[in-house]
Amino acid sequence: MAQGWLQIAIFLVVVVVLTPPLGIYMARVYRNERVFLTPVLAPVERLTYRAIGVDPAREQDWKGYARTLIVFSGLFFLALYLILRTQSIQPLNPQGFNSAPWDVSFNTTSSFITNTNWQYYGGETTLSDFSQMAGLTVQNFVSAAVGMAVVAALIRGILNRTSKSLGNFWQDTVRTLFYILLPLTVVVAVLLVAGGVLQTVAHAITAKTVLGADQLLAVGPVASQVAIKQLGTNGGGFFNVNSAMPFENASAFTNFVELLAIILIPAALTYTFGRMVGRQRQGWAIFAAMLALFLVLIVVVVPAEQHGTVAQHMAGLHNGGNLEGKEVRNGIAQSGLWTATTTSTSNGSVNSALDSYTGLGGAVPMAALGTSEVIFGGVGTGLYSMLVFVLLAVFIGGLMVGRTPEYLGKKLEAREVKLASLAALFTPLTVLVTTGLAIATKFGKPSIYASGPQGFSETLYAYLSQANNNGSAFAGYTGFVQPNAPGNGGSFGISFADVLGGGTMVVARFVPILLVLAIAGALAGKKVAPVGPGTMRTDNPTFVVLLVGVVVLVGALTFFPALLLGPIVQSLSTQLF
Amino acid sequence: MKRTLISSVIAVLLFTAVFGLAYPLLFTGVSQVVFPGASNGSKLERDGKLVGSKLIAQDFRKPVLGPNGKPKTDKDGNPVMVADPRYFQSRPSQTSYSPSATFFSNLGPNSTDARDEVKANIASYLALERRYDRGLTAGAVPADAVTQSASGVDPDISQTNARIQAHRIAAVRRLPMATVNKLIADHTDGRFLGLFGEPGVNVLELNLALDGQAT
Repeated sequence: MAQGWLQIAIFLVVVVVLTPPLGIYMARVYRNERVFLTPVLAPVERLTYRAIGVDPAREQDWKGYARTLIVFSGLFFLALYLILRTQSIQPLNPQGFNSAPWDVSFNTTSSFITNTNWQYYGGETTLSDFSQMAGLTVQNFVSAAVGMAVVAALIRGILNRTSKSLGNFWQDTVRTLFYILLPLTVVVAVLLVAGGVLQTVAHAITAKTVLGADQLLAVGPVASQVAIKQLGTNGGGFFNVNSAMPFENASAFTNFVELLAIILIPAALTYTFGRMVGRQRQGWAIFAAMLALFLVLIVVVVPAEQHGTVAQHMAGLHNGGNLEGKEVRNGIAQSGLWTATTTSTSNGSVNSALDSYTGLGGAVPMAALGTSEVIFGGVGTGLYSMLVFVLLAVFIGGLMVGRTPEYLGKKLEAREVKLASLAALFTPLTVLVTTGLAIATKFGKPSIYASGPQGFSETLYAYLSQANNNGSAFAGYTGFVQPNAPGNGGSFGISFADVLGGGTMVVARFVPILLVLAIAGALAGKKVAPVGPGTMRTDNPTFVVLLVGVVVLVGALTFFPALLLGPIVQSLSTQLF
Repeated sequence: MKRTLISSVIAVLLFTAVFGLAYPLLFTGVSQVVFPGASNGSKLERDGKLVGSKLIAQDFRKPVLGPNGKPKTDKDGNPVMVADPRYFQSRPSQTSYSPSATFFSNLGPNSTDARDEVKANIASYLALERRYDRGLTAGAVPADAVTQSASGVDPDISQTNARIQAHRIAAVRRLPMATVNKLIADHTDGRFLGLFGEPGVNVLELNLALDGQAT
């Protein structure tokens, strides 16, 4: 156990150490300054602007920025849906897979456009190499870049004193793609292949096993996709069992690299924020609040899994912890750390089966999702969602001390606070409505695998994950039935789950983005009040505590009743279902 | 608006070409040259024939034959399998060790199925190993031996599990315990930097090495 805590502690130290250098680099990228890659990438960048016919220097107000973002994402939606639906007539389809049905394809499209990567489809049994690369890998880049562009725009809104400009959407997206995501992805992908992860476009191969049976090894361009799936907090795996599959995550080394890739950009963005607003402590304050919440998750999930499940104890298994649905090379500590990391960062990849976690251990990913993905959170999305909570905390703090709330010198008025409240409440509300629909109507039932409270947990988790654009799953819950895997014979989608889930992902991604851009628009151009003795500080421990309190309060008040019905019942109960 | 639309269409095509095709294909080419072993799936060969992947577990059970000489099947029509005592056994798998259609067992923490499954796995582990390891008690059965892995193809077992099975292997193959334990140590992957993850014994490599000893 001590070994387990040591691994976790050292991992966290590495994250803290890498946060400033990457944070500085990204700040330079968003301030349009020179970085060490500029000589190589500047021509590529210029060529890209010319090809798409945009002027990166043209400044956009929040409406212009939002309009471009929506049109751009909408067209990608159409393109991805078309790719998925015409799979059978495309190249690079060595297994000759047919297209998945319309409902499953709609769900998958929504999932990847929104940086969710929720998977009703089983990668290796449904999608061709072409769909995985040209369809999904590209979205892993683009949807991540869109999230990061939004946070850059929000920071400019907070900064801008003289005009309504938030920057230029094209410039932010293109620079994110070429200067941040692509170089990091190449580094991570190389490390992964060096550590044993697959990278080929060859056909699946059949091995004659030691005992003489046939074993079909599904292969594909895995490392290139896994690298960006982790860096872009996407999470959609090449294989159905995601990063539990040794071909995706081959060793303790690749597990470490992938974990770091998952959390690095969201953590470093807090430093980028501090750098861009010119007050580094402001960035660290947000980092501290995120880290505090993150530690709570880890400290609960690891011992819970170490303890084992009720069912295992009843079967007479008392040692070694809960290894059902976990891999030996990862063990309890790396599985628990992974689960805390991916569910709080909106990543959604799994290296162990969440559905088989203990009651309390399974409550951790739910709690992480219940906080609306602000514990580091998705790339960009995590920071802008946290900044929404910061505005609410400033407002609440202002009420408590009886002062006009100000953040970084800008007065928060009715419009900003209303927009921030809406942004904070929209996603939780979506979760509760959709879970309610799926539980209370007969349409939700065919998707549920387990009986009793576990069935409720599966449903709640499905909509928590999709609304928060996370993508991890209590995998019993399904929207796609493939009776004859591998191959698509006799398979069908469960339209209710597919469409409800797909709609949820789209709405819960783009409505908050619009609200955040509107907040940025409202803050842009406001005059900055000088710091006085009465100004409430937002960079000290008191504020960190207040911020954590607001996040927990909103999450807890929204989800406590629902959590009671699922994981909490399970961890208190000694009964089997 | 129209300009944004045209720009977006070009951007979709351009980004798909760069990030969807050029990046993965170029990277595939480079990996194939620089890391041919790993990028093709860490294949293992025996007598020049592909026997599996180092990263993917195999079934070391054989079908039980009925009185008519044909494999017996259970009520679902699946063949009844029994451990081949000459080999180290991989962890239980919900997918019959299929690496091409992976899924989780999804056995919940409070499920009767999970209890029954673990109970049955403990019983069959004891039935197989206690003949050779007299001191083995139900309480000492390692967790990894009676629970299903996440991938269904976990290539490793724990060192405790391997050391228990070593008694059987040594007896059946008439090898000294020291030899078997040495082979286990040779095929144990340690923690990364001695720190991260857990040590695991690679079952396929170990069994191939055992077969190599015999000849």
